[in-house]
Amino acid sequence: MEKYAVFVPRLVTKRENFAPGHRACIGCGEALAVRLACKALGQNVIIANATGCMEIVSSPLPYTSWRVPWIHTLFENTAAVASGIEAGLKILMKKGRIAQQEIKVVAMAGDGGTSDIGLQALSGALERGHNFLYICFDNEAYMNTGIQRSSATPYGASTTTTPAGKVSIGQVTWKKNMPAIVAAHDIPYVATACPSYPFDLMAKVGKGAATPGPAYVHILSPCPTGWRYAPDLTIRLGRLAVETGIFPLYEVDNGTYRLNFDFPKLRPVTDYMKLQGRFRHLSEGVIGEIQQRVNKEYAKLKEKAA
Amino acid sequence: MTKRVGIEVSLAVAEAAKLANVDVVAAYPITPQTHIVEHLAELVADGELDAQYIPVESEHSAMSACLGASAAGARTFTATAGQGLELMHEVLYVASSMRLPVVMVVANRALSAPLSVWGDHSDVMAVRDTGWIQLFVENGQEVVDNMLCAFRIGEDPRVLLPVMIHLDGFYLSHMIEPVVFPAQSQVDKFIPPYQHPMPLHPDRPVTMGAFAPPIIYSETKKAQEVNLEAAKEVILQCWAEFGKTFHRYYYPVERYRSEDAKVLLLTMGSFSETAMTAVDKMKEEGRAVGLIRLRLWRPFPFEEIRQAVRSAEVLIVVDRALSFGGPGGPVCSEVRSALYGQDRKPKVIGFVGGLGGRDITPAGFEEIVNRGIEISQKGSDKEFEIYGVRE
Repeated sequence: MEKYAVFVPRLVTKRENFAPGHRACIGCGEALAVRLACKALGQNVIIANATGCMEIVSSPLPYTSWRVPWIHTLFENTAAVASGIEAGLKILMKKGRIAQQEIKVVAMAGDGGTSDIGLQALSGALERGHNFLYICFDNEAYMNTGIQRSSATPYGASTTTTPAGKVSIGQVTWKKNMPAIVAAHDIPYVATACPSYPFDLMAKVGKGAATPGPAYVHILSPCPTGWRYAPDLTIRLGRLAVETGIFPLYEVDNGTYRLNFDFPKLRPVTDYMKLQGRFRHLSEGVIGEIQQRVNKEYAKLKEKAA
Repeated sequence: MTKRVGIEVSLAVAEAAKLANVDVVAAYPITPQTHIVEHLAELVADGELDAQYIPVESEHSAMSACLGASAAGARTFTATAGQGLELMHEVLYVASSMRLPVVMVVANRALSAPLSVWGDHSDVMAVRDTGWIQLFVENGQEVVDNMLCAFRIGEDPRVLLPVMIHLDGFYLSHMIEPVVFPAQSQVDKFIPPYQHPMPLHPDRPVTMGAFAPPIIYSETKKAQEVNLEAAKEVILQCWAEFGKTFHRYYYPVERYRSEDAKVLLLTMGSFSETAMTAVDKMKEEGRAVGLIRLRLWRPFPFEEIRQAVRSAEVLIVVDRALSFGGPGGPVCSEVRSALYGQDRKPKVIGFVGGLGGRDITPAGFEEIVNRGIEISQKGSDKEFEIYGVRE
């Protein structure tokens, strides 16, 4: 441990651009992901944040957790706001009204703000080729408003708008494949990440920020409140999501797929699901269905990365 | 340096944006505003305007991109109409509440359904309470002049508010009008460079758009209201300064042959010029009729309205929008409320007309005046009447 304490600070900045003291739940995977992302981004950034958990926990007027320039306006328009900032900086630098320097514009939003209500604005901004990084912090439901389903909620999960009941298994649709949708825009860099793999996460955010043109990082952010698990299991659940193949960590670098963590044998999905209240009601049959789907999707991804 | 040219008003808007040297344009096409963003795109493509042109995928994103650009410190312009303005709706409140001085031209258009691309003020009235400075123009020259004023007013550090310029779709946007463009050097002197006091920049990190718990929300709204009211002084100063420089004068409420008029018409937008023709004819016939034109819609010029109508007996307000199930036209409703507490005030008679591009001719205004006088004498069981509607 002592050796580790000497070693780690050389790899990661001690500076916290996302300051402690915010109001996230205990064990929040998203707050951890934001903190790590901010370490990777450094100070020459401007962040545009969508409405959602991170906006609410970090900015109750007159307090703020943001030590970098940060703007929140609305829910569905973050990518468009980022477009405007990027265009503004570009022309102001060209006209010499502000000094020439690298300032990365970063849009941050949750899964609802990305794959549902903000999808159009995101698609537009990607297609127009703005030089910005978009980070989706995916906790697989509208957690800020109280665990309502989104298109990123996994099959079989019980949420407040897809409750498991006598005649329902909960969510009956499969999780929308947001990274694939983004990759279909042929942007230079797409990646998935998880705060349980902090160095991988920071490397990907750093790479996304250094990419000229649009880049996208999709971060699975375990949520003890919404997934109904004990707060000390956040890191373990992130790892299990990856080790079961439910949330593989990969990159699409100028069209080339690379699987960052491959496993000779995936763990069964039950290892991941049994720890979470949202899946507790599922029958073996449904879990079997999910296992089959994960196997199929993972195989497809491996083929792309081959 | 300055010359008088014939130009389509939409193109003149774009030329004025060029004179104002805008930095960022976020644009989405919608009839009848399309020629504005098309011409801006041409100006950028030809290198005549050095700006970032963001061809966004919706009006919601157009206004959102404007927020970002303005917050970064760029002079920002967009234009829209009708449904586009409605799609922007929630973003409009953010622009004013976050003190981002975006300038927008709205080519006023009716709202669906049924679909109508033609002009009326339904779109304006739906965004009445968004906290923007809003003014109406009647012809091409007024558009160009007020475009220049809009940047100067909105970006004034005492104001820092977005400005909406309303021009009637087709009736004005597609007309070819004589316009005098001021020289670039004059414009450069008239509009100082935009300097947001706290732009988004890593050198000085700011948090913009924090959320407000109940303990502070009311205070933020009070501050915003005080700010918008105080903007009126700056608007008056700007128009005065504009008049001194360019010899064209603008006022919140403008009178046309209203001295000694017992009956006054009140209109807003390009209708006013038609109403003037009607007033001229009635004056020739020896009738004591005059016209009041409302230019500044927000902040609402209460005192100026009271002064302008105080010696009249009948005030006939013609709205181009309908407040369903309500008191009739929104303008009439506000004028009534401005006059309610006055000891001396005219009878206020409300008409709604010209919906969805329906014309009101000079003869039509004469009919409205006659009917208005009749109602003022005999009374009516209706709150308002719709002019020229088939029943």
